[in-house]
Amino acid sequence: MARALINVPATARRGDIIDIKALISHEMETGFRRTQLGVPIPRDIITQFICTYNGAEIFRAEFHPAIAANPFIAFSTIATESGTITFNWSGDNGFSAAESAAISVA
Amino acid sequence: MSALADNRAGGALRSLCIAMLLVVAARAGSAAEIPLPQRRSGYEFMGRETRAMQDDDSANPGMLWVLDGEKLWNTKAGAAALACADCHGDARASMRGVAARYPAFDAAAARPVNLQQRINRCRGEQQKAPPLAFESKDLLALAVYVGLQSRGLPIVPQTDERAKPFIEAGRELFQRRQGQLNLSCAQCHDDNWDRRLAGNAITQGHPGGYPLYRLEWQGLGSLQRRLRNCLVGTRAQAYDYGEAELVNLELFLMWRARGMNIETPAVRP
Repeated sequence: MARALINVPATARRGDIIDIKALISHEMETGFRRTQLGVPIPRDIITQFICTYNGAEIFRAEFHPAIAANPFIAFSTIATESGTITFNWSGDNGFSAAESAAISVA
Repeated sequence: MSALADNRAGGALRSLCIAMLLVVAARAGSAAEIPLPQRRSGYEFMGRETRAMQDDDSANPGMLWVLDGEKLWNTKAGAAALACADCHGDARASMRGVAARYPAFDAAAARPVNLQQRINRCRGEQQKAPPLAFESKDLLALAVYVGLQSRGLPIVPQTDERAKPFIEAGRELFQRRQGQLNLSCAQCHDDNWDRRLAGNAITQGHPGGYPLYRLEWQGLGSLQRRLRNCLVGTRAQAYDYGEAELVNLELFLMWRARGMNIETPAVRP
């Protein structure tokens, strides 16, 4: 089960630039490592992160094996309207996680 | 220095050992404990970015384990079907300051126990549940959740007379040369903490941030894991998790860091 920490300001003024941070727990197994017996450890990573603001996509990232465990993403956007910011991660072995945060824009 | 030049092919580890020996030779005979006002947390040796990670709870990956710990705290376990919260209530109140005074002397064990051992004893006696393995995700999660409740509080100086001989045993271990490199903890962490080893800061080795998220581990780890790393680095045989020697060393390190703040969950490079 994935755990995630989201940081979105609860309130903002219209037109403000707001910082958004998202941290999620994930092993990010690269697929390049082997066990002590030489057996390859299969790749298990998050491959995609999408952030939407009231349904409209505002940020998307593709993840690759060089991304560290427990990936942290920080970016900014412009506060346009009150509503919900949702975060979706998906990856290998059917991995999927979602979080959301409410923002009130005055 | 010619030995160093001749053996360039011998690998980084070899030149590192030689560099360390030179450093030690340059300061032979100092071996004094760090005066209290000169003590510095590992935090102060870190770069700006790593500090920022520790300072922001939404960027500090250690907080992911805290979330787990909070859930475990409220989850019933064992044959007694008790959760930690059933006896201890809200950890934010009941566990405040607890991590700042562990390891603590335990009358039943007739020796000091660290926080993880104390959690496991509670599991066994109250919850009637099997102990959690050292370094397991659940034990680290509970320890870091309890540790967080002491964040910002000073480490309490040990006042229990019964613990004193164990502090001394820890100090003796800290100052004892061991391993194939014949190094003591003190030679790096008391005598050379203001220098660098292979580009990395040699810190003073204070325990207040544990369990902490180490970028090198890409995960959370206990103080004992870090101590075992250091022992392997001196090419000594590391003590097993929970062994008396490691707990004594933890106890001595907490005494050495008395008055410094708990930072759990810290972030280190």
